[in-house]
Amino acid sequence: MMDRDERNISGCGLTGMLNKKGLRINGQAITQSMSVLRERGNGLGAGFAVYGPYPDRKDKYALHLMYDNPVARRRTEEYLSAQFQFDSEEPIPTRNTPSIKDPPVFWRYFVLPNEDVRQAENLGEEDFVIKRVMHINKCIDGAFVVSSGKDMAVFKGIGYPEDISEFFMIEKYEAYTWIGHARFPTNTPGWWGGAHPFTILDWSVVHNGEISSYGINKRYLKMHGYECTMQTDSEVIAYLFDMLIRRHRIPLAHVPDILASDFWKNIDAMDDGQRRLKTALRMVYGSALVNGPFAVIVGHNNGMMGLSDRVKLRPMVAAEDADWLYISSEEAGIREISPDIPRVWHPEAGELVVGKLEVN
Amino acid sequence: MNGTILQPEFLVKIDGDKCDKCKRCLDYCGFGTFSFNEEVLPNHFKCVACHRCVTYCPHAAITVVSNPLSFRDHPNWTPRHIQNIFKQSETGGMLLTGMGNDLAYPVIFDRIVLDACQVTNPSIDPLREPMELRTYLGKKPDTVAFARKEDGSEEISPAIPDNIQIDIPIVFAPMSYGSISLNAMKAIVMAADRLGTIAYTGEGGLPRELYPYGHRIILQCASGRFGVSAEYLQVGIGTQIKIGQGAKPGIGGHLPGEKIPEPISETRMIPVGTDALSPAPQHDIYSIEDLRMLIYALKEATGYKPVCVKIAAVHNVAAIASGIVRAGADLVYLDGFRGGTGAAPNIVRDHVGIPIEVAVAVVDERLRQEGIRNQASIIAAGSIRSAADVCKAIALGADACAIGTAALVALGCHVCQKCYTGKCSWGIATQKPELERRLDPEWGSERLCNMLRAWSIEIKEVLGALGINAIESLRGNKERLRGVGLDRPTLDVMGLKPAGVGMGD
Repeated sequence: MMDRDERNISGCGLTGMLNKKGLRINGQAITQSMSVLRERGNGLGAGFAVYGPYPDRKDKYALHLMYDNPVARRRTEEYLSAQFQFDSEEPIPTRNTPSIKDPPVFWRYFVLPNEDVRQAENLGEEDFVIKRVMHINKCIDGAFVVSSGKDMAVFKGIGYPEDISEFFMIEKYEAYTWIGHARFPTNTPGWWGGAHPFTILDWSVVHNGEISSYGINKRYLKMHGYECTMQTDSEVIAYLFDMLIRRHRIPLAHVPDILASDFWKNIDAMDDGQRRLKTALRMVYGSALVNGPFAVIVGHNNGMMGLSDRVKLRPMVAAEDADWLYISSEEAGIREISPDIPRVWHPEAGELVVGKLEVN
Repeated sequence: MNGTILQPEFLVKIDGDKCDKCKRCLDYCGFGTFSFNEEVLPNHFKCVACHRCVTYCPHAAITVVSNPLSFRDHPNWTPRHIQNIFKQSETGGMLLTGMGNDLAYPVIFDRIVLDACQVTNPSIDPLREPMELRTYLGKKPDTVAFARKEDGSEEISPAIPDNIQIDIPIVFAPMSYGSISLNAMKAIVMAADRLGTIAYTGEGGLPRELYPYGHRIILQCASGRFGVSAEYLQVGIGTQIKIGQGAKPGIGGHLPGEKIPEPISETRMIPVGTDALSPAPQHDIYSIEDLRMLIYALKEATGYKPVCVKIAAVHNVAAIASGIVRAGADLVYLDGFRGGTGAAPNIVRDHVGIPIEVAVAVVDERLRQEGIRNQASIIAAGSIRSAADVCKAIALGADACAIGTAALVALGCHVCQKCYTGKCSWGIATQKPELERRLDPEWGSERLCNMLRAWSIEIKEVLGALGINAIESLRGNKERLRGVGLDRPTLDVMGLKPAGVGMGD
């Protein structure tokens, strides 16, 4: 059932919703919004990123694994038990859904790094987890890490959003951020891991577009220890966010200066300080410029962001009130769940829409 | 009789009905092909097919054709081999030549094709949208650190090292004063200034009257140290240590005394009429740690301007380039085996070195594997013939391309390969005042600007078709290249996929 030889390219619909006050709601609203965007997908991929579903185990890494066969599960669990301390593990509950055919098996593990192994490698906790995730995805045939952050989860697969929602019973989870994706791949994907969102640690990315600079973004990330294994260009965005913000400590406000940088003619017209700063970022991070059409929603434990490419070749609408931030491919996706939202706007090309969780 | 059993390579035909005996051709030919005795008489042996006479004959009375003389077909004993043996058995000397390798090795550039967008991602119209070619050459850190200034504004601290900004990803390759004329150099530096790019000097130093263009010039420091002085080093925006040249890897140079008149003598800082011998190695660089010392000596001497190290592309180029970067170079200049020269032995020009396409791909990959790609820019040179070659070289991993022969062709060069004779009828590869003055630097500069403007438009067209609007998204983006008719080992070495394979891995 696994076909990882072809990179899928696709058009898409996406919606993200963040409750800035940290109020947790169930998955009905996001499913409703995604159903409005149904025409943007073709039933060959959908998924949800969920933040805050495991409040009682929030200090553990929640590894969500997908297995194609029992051998993959056995090999992965052997590997995991050598690398991690287990808090708990369980099959991810699913329900029989008529339109979902031949699904893989899903398990989740709540873990912390094995301290002896970690210290022997002299890695920080997060880099330790990344390395293990990359190892499983690259080296264990038939196993795939769907998500690996703390107090977050990704549920995704092949089907329309409503089908995936039903299959994973997402109405039973409560979360303060919900991000949904409906996919329109141009060929027939045989692999559930190829659906969005893509993740690393608590970063999740849903993406509408095709990254024309993928080849160099991928090589650049490889130089920094990130292996692109998921047959899609979208994963590079997740890794770039992780590298820039967590590892290189680039202030969030300057991330668009790298991923969707301003044009030189505008940079040249800025005051000296800004010009120097933005020029330096482009010089150093030229290989991280994400070129080609994209609109992305990026989730993480402390909030949600939206960003489109430097000439805005894919649609993105945002809306906000005191409690909620919404980002969607279409205004309809927002109005469906919040008809009277007061502020609706169309972010500019390369403009970062930032939503922050105001409580922890 | 010429005392030779060789036959002329070309035949010069003069149409007696058209010729009005103005005798211009007698002056135009730098090689002395023509004489006059009631009519114009060509000496076919002297013609090199540079077309100067053909171009400027007011009555279009002159035609130059290849001598149709046939040898009996022999796939092994080609006319080239036969004629070379004739020459050597007459002279006892090493065969000399100019320009780049002219043997029919496969041209890899011509077996690589570019991608374009269709449906799933939109192409971008370069007539409506910005297309950015600006490039910064030099060392960049791997990350930046933000700091707050006293007034509360953000800055990047420490600041990143000085880089050289070029507005197009094409620079002019080093061609030394002596091998080319002052007017040719002038045309090139003027064009570099107008285009917002840079030119390299060759090893012959920089004539004083070009000092005002120093902000567009990287100054070479080669094995003979010709023209290198404390003052010289201050003039440019950077320096280049020349280790090797694609046309003649591993060997030195020899500019004969007759090509050292007063101005060359002054610039090179050697007596008039003495031979200028460039040793094969730099005699203070016998190892990588010696190179490091010279790199830092030049940085100290110039207030830490970027230092470029030029090497010929040879078998071990990836490891050598890695060493050069670790030795502190800010730019690595790779010269492929088709690179041009003013003079080189045939045997070396035609049989030593590797193609630039392969060299760029493996050097870029090695620097990435070692995590040091940001520490230096890569310049690709060695027969960059068109904007298509530029696009492909950049996608293979170069930051910019250098053009030498292409620039000379824009100035009128017909690639006759006789640069080493100093008789260039086009006033380019000569020091004879009567020949040199034919090349008007203004005219030459305008032609160079036109050519590179045309190339820039073509590159932007390609970027638009690829759906990207900045050159940095093409750089090293081998995913947008495919090989056609390249064998599997070559594809693997270069990290390319064959045509027909999609974007998966």
